[in-house]
Amino acid sequence: MDILVSGLLLGGTYALVAMGLNLQYGVARIMNLASGEMLVLGALAAFWLFTTAQLSPVLTMIMVAPLAFIGNWLIYQLLLRPLVKRAKNQGQLEVDSILATFGMSFALVGIMVAIHGEYFTYSYLANPFEILGTTVALNRFVAFVVALIIGVTLVLWLNFTRPGTAVRAVSVNTEAAKLVGINVPRISALSFALGGAVTAAGGTLISTFITLDASVGVIFTMKALIIVIMGGVGDMRGSIIAALLLGLVETAVATLIDPGLTLVSAYLIFLGILLFRPQGLFGKRAT
Amino acid sequence: MNRREVLARLSTGLAVVGTAGLLSFSALAADTIKIGAVAPKTGPLAGGAAVSQWPNIELWAKEVNDRGGLKLKDGQKKVEIIEYDDKTNPGEHIKAAQRLATQDKVDFIIAPYGTGFNVAAAPIYAKYGYPQIAVTSISDQIGELTGRYPGLFFTLGSTTDFVQGVVHVLTGLREKGDIGNKIAMVNVADAFGIELADVARPLFTEAGFEIVYDKSYPLGTPDLSPIIKGAKAANPDAFVAWSYPPDTFGLTEQAIIEDFQVKAFYTAVATAFPAYGGKFGSKINNVLGAGGTNPDDPKIADYRKRHKEVTGKEPDYWASANTYAALEVLAQAIEGVGEADREKVTQYIKDHSFDTVMGELKFENQNSRKYWTVGQWQDGVFRGVDAVNIDGAAPVRVKEGWE
Repeated sequence: MDILVSGLLLGGTYALVAMGLNLQYGVARIMNLASGEMLVLGALAAFWLFTTAQLSPVLTMIMVAPLAFIGNWLIYQLLLRPLVKRAKNQGQLEVDSILATFGMSFALVGIMVAIHGEYFTYSYLANPFEILGTTVALNRFVAFVVALIIGVTLVLWLNFTRPGTAVRAVSVNTEAAKLVGINVPRISALSFALGGAVTAAGGTLISTFITLDASVGVIFTMKALIIVIMGGVGDMRGSIIAALLLGLVETAVATLIDPGLTLVSAYLIFLGILLFRPQGLFGKRAT
Repeated sequence: MNRREVLARLSTGLAVVGTAGLLSFSALAADTIKIGAVAPKTGPLAGGAAVSQWPNIELWAKEVNDRGGLKLKDGQKKVEIIEYDDKTNPGEHIKAAQRLATQDKVDFIIAPYGTGFNVAAAPIYAKYGYPQIAVTSISDQIGELTGRYPGLFFTLGSTTDFVQGVVHVLTGLREKGDIGNKIAMVNVADAFGIELADVARPLFTEAGFEIVYDKSYPLGTPDLSPIIKGAKAANPDAFVAWSYPPDTFGLTEQAIIEDFQVKAFYTAVATAFPAYGGKFGSKINNVLGAGGTNPDDPKIADYRKRHKEVTGKEPDYWASANTYAALEVLAQAIEGVGEADREKVTQYIKDHSFDTVMGELKFENQNSRKYWTVGQWQDGVFRGVDAVNIDGAAPVRVKEGWE
């Protein structure tokens, strides 16, 4: 039971890390290597407002999400749109966007170091919380609940609304989406901005229980990438399930075998999925 | 004006500015002592360097310059600091040090931040003859390294001293009947944590302790609750973690959440950071950690006050004072020699003793053995409770709950 509860909570954290990248990579086709930095930026906002104004990170999250949406929308329009326009094919766009966002990640790290070069550490809701006979940290539980809300909302939005369907259409096939009258540049910008907002909101919550610093973003980018590829690029359900699976496996290994083997276990599943289901758990095989 | 013209004008302009810059630079160089500093501003160790390394360099340079500079044979000279970010990457560090030596032609370089960096960069400092007064560098290879590099000095102790401090403290508690002999020990799975755990295992056993839980975890583990749960299930009397900053915070937080009741709770690096006390408040009263200081010592108290005034933040309760003391040693040695002669300065450091915030420092075989090994949070201050060659250790207290 311990393993199940702690594992699911950790999985919720991973889902927060990965959902945003899934929208950005799966729909807007931008392999965003600055995704982790966007997350840390959200964390920095939460830390900074908490220590200077005692503002609850949950409130910060509500403020950060629209700001990150606008910021990411601008980044897409100003920096990434030209790359999309000039790219002759998917491969070229991927290489260009990797380089551009890699550069962007350095710029963001530099800005954050200038604001606060030390650890972003503070205490918020660090209280024990009893659930199904297991003690967990309240801040982790809150993050899990919010991750669940964001995840379910996104899945419902993607499946049952017109704009959501358009987003899925672009994710499946950009050319065909154009043919049925979808404004692909607009949907791509929307997805990229939405992805950035989800990631930054996740960062504000994660900062309540993980001690971050300005340069730690790359670790989250890597985790997000693994989860998105495991779940299937462009499939939100896949990312959420892959995140929960990863959380459960890491916790089970840490508890039952050895905490030293958590990373190994994570990469083993990743390898297994790449070998036997290269399109990801929910991905469709490319035709 | 077409684009080519603009470019041509721009580049001429830049060239003029550049030449002017170079000229003023070399004019300036004649009357300053140039000091290089390479340490992380980004990467995993940046958070620690921003607490213990960079503010002390700022404080030291300001104080030296405020009093008119270093007193040399041909008059007083101010110090000019040239900083590079090593991105917590030894390769970058070596490149930056090379650049300082060959292009910036600095007179001295401040020793790197972190054990691995001090060891990795020692050959390059030795090659150019820079004295390297290492602070944040804890190793059991001190004898071997100082034998190989004549300009390399150590000031914060060996791995064995560091572990021995913890053994002393726990043995003391056991003799008073406060704790039994069961220890849960965990370590971060990188060079630092692995070496400490390897040294600690036989020392704990020799001292009659039984290690009932012994696990490692990868650096950056996002959820440390399985580790605290496992340690708690082993029902130990004391908990010892050879941890790094993010996990020092994480393990403590989980211990509070799990209400992990031990009579002695020790986490390593970052326990001495003011941010640790700031985060946990009174809950971490009587937590043990690496380092320590004696805030009642008038020199230390004065240093802490100046640090706060100049840099706007508190120094940590451990390596900050040692880092500042190492800079004082460098300044006094340069003044003692009276010129920026690296070879003479190195020899001067070996032959003399120095009056610093850490008291009188003297190097024997390039190693100054005067440092705190274990500290304890006691009513909002992290006091040293065990040291090598320093008096004024506070009595150790028993940890009672997380209130």
